[in-house]
Amino acid sequence: MHDVLMAGAIMAGLGILLGAVLAFAYRFLRVPEDPRAQRVESMLPSSNCGGCGEPGCRAFAEALVKGLRQPSGCTVASKERVAEIANFLGVDAGSLDRKVARLHCGGGRAQAVQIAAYEGFESCRAAHVTGGGGKGCSWGCLGLADCELACGFAAITMNGNGLPVVDVDKCTACGDCVVACPRDLFELLPLRQPLLVQCRVPLAGAAARALCTAACDACGRCVQDAPDGLLRMVDNLPRFDYARGVDPGPSPTFRCPTGAIQYVPQQQFAAAEVRP
Amino acid sequence: MNLPFRLQSFRHGVHPDDHKQGTEHLVVEHMPFVGRYVLPLGQGGKPAKPTVTRGQRVRRGERIATADGFVSTSLHAPVDGTIVDLGRHRHPNGDLVDCIEIEADAFSLQTIVPHATVDPDTLDVDNFVAHVQQGGIVGLGGAAFPAHVKYKTPAEKPVRHFVLNGCECEPFLTCDHRTMVERPAEVLRGARIIAKKLGATDIHIGVEHNKPDAIAALRAQVLPGEAIHVTPLEVKYPQGAEKMLIKALFGQEVPAGKLPLDVGCVVNNVGTMVAIADWFDRGIPLIERVVTVSGPGVRRPANVRVPLGTPVRDLLAHCAGTVPETREFVMGGPMMGSSLASIDVPVLKGTSGVLAFTAAETARGNEFGCLKCGRCLDACANFLNPSVLARLSRHGEFDALEANFVMDCMECGACSFTCPSNIPIVQLIRVAKSAIRDQKRKEKKP
Repeated sequence: MHDVLMAGAIMAGLGILLGAVLAFAYRFLRVPEDPRAQRVESMLPSSNCGGCGEPGCRAFAEALVKGLRQPSGCTVASKERVAEIANFLGVDAGSLDRKVARLHCGGGRAQAVQIAAYEGFESCRAAHVTGGGGKGCSWGCLGLADCELACGFAAITMNGNGLPVVDVDKCTACGDCVVACPRDLFELLPLRQPLLVQCRVPLAGAAARALCTAACDACGRCVQDAPDGLLRMVDNLPRFDYARGVDPGPSPTFRCPTGAIQYVPQQQFAAAEVRP
Repeated sequence: MNLPFRLQSFRHGVHPDDHKQGTEHLVVEHMPFVGRYVLPLGQGGKPAKPTVTRGQRVRRGERIATADGFVSTSLHAPVDGTIVDLGRHRHPNGDLVDCIEIEADAFSLQTIVPHATVDPDTLDVDNFVAHVQQGGIVGLGGAAFPAHVKYKTPAEKPVRHFVLNGCECEPFLTCDHRTMVERPAEVLRGARIIAKKLGATDIHIGVEHNKPDAIAALRAQVLPGEAIHVTPLEVKYPQGAEKMLIKALFGQEVPAGKLPLDVGCVVNNVGTMVAIADWFDRGIPLIERVVTVSGPGVRRPANVRVPLGTPVRDLLAHCAGTVPETREFVMGGPMMGSSLASIDVPVLKGTSGVLAFTAAETARGNEFGCLKCGRCLDACANFLNPSVLARLSRHGEFDALEANFVMDCMECGACSFTCPSNIPIVQLIRVAKSAIRDQKRKEKKP
């Protein structure tokens, strides 16, 4: 009987002691949390894509509540939803220079020279590490759909020409395709400045044209035609200064002999070629 | 445990058919000179810096590019001729890389202009290492790692054993076998030079026991009382991986992420020793190497001494061409070599073989689900779990892959070889390793 009482007393004592610790922690160590963060998080799309630059929707909601970010920073939420969040928080929604994933290659099956048939494991990265796949161009799109697989928003579909078509309405600029591409062909670029160089070949002249009919051969016409020095030739490729925030219009593309530089306000490649 | 009635080896591994009977008795022949040679600047280590200009005439053996940094080697002209281009050409890995292109002088006698010979005993270690680097010598086993880097050993890691790798466990390849049979004196001369410089107490030469003539030839060159041991090893793949070789010879494991030097060993290929002997005693830099041309697609399989930079197309033509059913060309061995997208690529310092296969060998069987049979675990010489790695790779679970030591995989391909479900295990692992390396590189950049 004595043992039982002793055990009971110890348990009760422990309970009171730990309870006191908890009470102390509740009173003095509490981190005040803005209750609005919970609400804002529930209004966000919960896709945790990281497109906003925060580690997830919860972190973004907290940043919003603290006023560190603007609701338009979420690339996934619709305009109405962004407005709703802005309204709830009583802040300005902000304007987002919307970005989408753009492919720096226009050399599909019809354009690029094939030097061999790749029959190995069907993945761009596998082809890339195995003799570079069958394409003669060692910089171009391999067309085996690693990006399509990586895209969590089903925004990428391979077309019949073996190039990924990015649906600009579905693309949230989360950057998963940028990571997935073994040849680093994707870049997140502002939709408002739709001048694109669809080539990564650092060769010039006939050497470039021998690889692909859509290759940039570094003739430099686009650089001459671009207003105000917006384009520069770097490593045999025109480089457009997106940071200046200017839309140069389609004029630099007019004299391009291969179509390597394009002005594409919408999606890059023909959707008509989408694989059945 | 090495029982007296069993040959020494490592644990796990596979036994592919060796397919060496076609070329193992063929004397190494010389490749006739062809019109053009293409030498990529990067052939093991960091790309070299060219020291020649377009239009310049070069002599056979003359230096045309100099090492850029420590892990880099010089490059020498394989023929008398004229530099016609410094531009991009296709590398066997498919990329278009910076190369030096030489047009051979059709009227030249093609005599090598030797560099000054050097007595290795007169050099201190630093000058010795620099001299090996000048000779453009890389490991000729296949990975083409600059040879001199291994000879610069830190004082706190003394070298006990200098190990020569004469296993040649890859099927089809017989270039090291022929080198051991035909030039055993040079193999041992090179080994003695290196072992002395490293301060190694003994030299161990591991040779798979399917090459009895090589073992006999090497043993015949060993002086009485000399600490050189020629050890026959079990025929098993990947016996020629340096960590497996050390395990077979000394029963000692090289820990993951460590180098043979951490257990007091330096491992070199036997072909590399011939290059060392030629460079020190005759002043001939690495301008040619022995290549095995074999496989069911080749009309006249052969072991050929080929000037570096010779186009694979010309090399195959020298071997009477390929049969029309040929579907795939592989550079290196069939297990670890890689497919060629084009045969208009040059023979490199690391090219041990050029193989041609027909549909019968290259057909990929239907892939089935993993049976959990565990054969790949029994095959993996590094004691990894290939089936789990393959599954994780398919799902892109990079953190879990690293936790399962994917980076310790040496991509020997024993798992894929043994898989009854035809799962492309090693390919999946290579994809994962490439993706992880890419991710690390991108994280570092911004």
